[in-house]
Amino acid sequence: MAEKILARHSGREKVNVGEYIWAKIDVTSPGNNLGALMELKETGIKKAFDPEKIFVVYPNTLLPSSLEASEQVNSLRKLVKEYGMKWFEYGRHCIFHQVFAENGFCVPGDLVAMEDSHTTNYGAFNVAACPIYVECTYVMATGKLWFKVPESIKFWLTGKLPELCMGKDVILKILGTWGSDVSMYKSAEFLGPLASNLSISSRWSIATMGVEIGAKFALFEADQKTFNFLKGRTNRPYNPVKSDSDAEYVEEHIVDVADLEPLVACPHDPSNVKPITQVEKDEVKVHQAFIGSCVNGRQEDLEIAAKILEGNKIHPDVRMIISPASPEVWKDALNAGWMDIFLDAEAIISPPTCGPCFGFEGILAAGETCISSSCRNFRGRLGSPESKIFLANPATVAACAIAGKIVDPRKYI
Amino acid sequence: MSFNIRGRAWKFGDNISTDLIMPSFAYMKVGHNYKKLAKYVMYTNRPNWTEKVERGDIIIGGKNFGCGSSRPAAGPLKALGISCIIAESISRIFFRNSISLGLPVLEAPNIQRFCVENDILEVTLVKGTIKNLSTGKKMKIKPIPKNSPPMQILEAGGLSAFLKEEILQ
Repeated sequence: MAEKILARHSGREKVNVGEYIWAKIDVTSPGNNLGALMELKETGIKKAFDPEKIFVVYPNTLLPSSLEASEQVNSLRKLVKEYGMKWFEYGRHCIFHQVFAENGFCVPGDLVAMEDSHTTNYGAFNVAACPIYVECTYVMATGKLWFKVPESIKFWLTGKLPELCMGKDVILKILGTWGSDVSMYKSAEFLGPLASNLSISSRWSIATMGVEIGAKFALFEADQKTFNFLKGRTNRPYNPVKSDSDAEYVEEHIVDVADLEPLVACPHDPSNVKPITQVEKDEVKVHQAFIGSCVNGRQEDLEIAAKILEGNKIHPDVRMIISPASPEVWKDALNAGWMDIFLDAEAIISPPTCGPCFGFEGILAAGETCISSSCRNFRGRLGSPESKIFLANPATVAACAIAGKIVDPRKYI
Repeated sequence: MSFNIRGRAWKFGDNISTDLIMPSFAYMKVGHNYKKLAKYVMYTNRPNWTEKVERGDIIIGGKNFGCGSSRPAAGPLKALGISCIIAESISRIFFRNSISLGLPVLEAPNIQRFCVENDILEVTLVKGTIKNLSTGKKMKIKPIPKNSPPMQILEAGGLSAFLKEEILQ
């Protein structure tokens, strides 16, 4: 699939694995790299390649908390408007991948290069999307980027997801089995009967954490679920790609989830994965529980959390943060009554933010432990080098918040 | 940019993430200022190490060096005076950011066995040779190909300079 998309975007019939090409980028964003906008101006670029195709939010944190920060936001706001790019003002902003996808940022068959490592997430919609940072200025100026055509690796997803297992557990299983470099420089393709059966939300979690297995792209095929999600969000024509039956893969792995149980990535690496029944035995005390992020901050995630939390109180020694990934998710959660459940359980409901995932909010003190639905648990990511982060699906996080320690969520349903 | 590098080796293990190289608490404190961020490099896993680094030193990494977040971790490394990164394998985003900021990064699968800390290494980027001046050993690696975009960007001194050249043409 990656080769087809790259060929199409470099004006070629076919591209070959290993060759260097320049390819046209459909849509982009400077993401958190707002310095790239200033560099654009300083370099003397008067017009971006296509301002309509550049989406900008202020970084994924809450409102400015100092005059200095506010001045910075304001100068960037002015720059974005000067260039005519698409700006998401506060109240319409935050976990940008979620907000961008909801606003028709990309369509199947697109090639995307934008800031933020979790850019791989758009692969859930059959989009070849790769993370960049320093190259943002160049892409905004020229609308192109160089690529080394990647090898492809196939993950054949099969089996029925057991109770309280989600897309998160599928990607954790891959991480635990084959490691965080299994897909390095490669295009990861997720195919098979389970890939079709998974919800968009679960596919999205897997594609988002594609970068955790090193992937350049993390691609699913597009189907009716994809088209249903995109309906009414964009007018751009779709040009999806499928995997050919004779497509060449450098590696093929079968991921059978029939016997899966909820998984946990233990400190300090996302690939340090253990089954919940094993981790539960260690009686790990939890101080902070976080549901949110680009991996697990969607309707499906809040719904399962609400099921577990309903009629329960969060453990008195635990602070639980629930952050819907976008205003749209928030509104759906409100209408579904989940917000009432969260408030009754005494959780903190936070506006959409990346903060408690990458260490801008919800900082951990020495000796503290966080159970998180996010993507990374590197040492010190959330504060003290002496703190710990465990990664799990939102059902597990919710159960741990009630118990005050790491527990199997299947006992709480 | 110098294509012949000589420097002292500092050794690190596998999966050195950009969270370790450029901690988020540090850029909350000092902003995206590479010079100021330089003293926080590896703060979590090797405190006070940056005080010992001298201009031209080389980092030797294990597998998946620079994994994780897309933050421009090459910036503080370069500001610290690191002249080159050689690792068994290098995360894709870290590789691209380093090239774009004009910091040479090389993959050398046997590099961990090739040297110990404080060895003096000499690297020829174009040829892809690494000499260990402390032991006399030599090794050859696959260089970044001539005329490939990453080599052209390195030759220009980084992507910013490359873009300026492109606009002038």
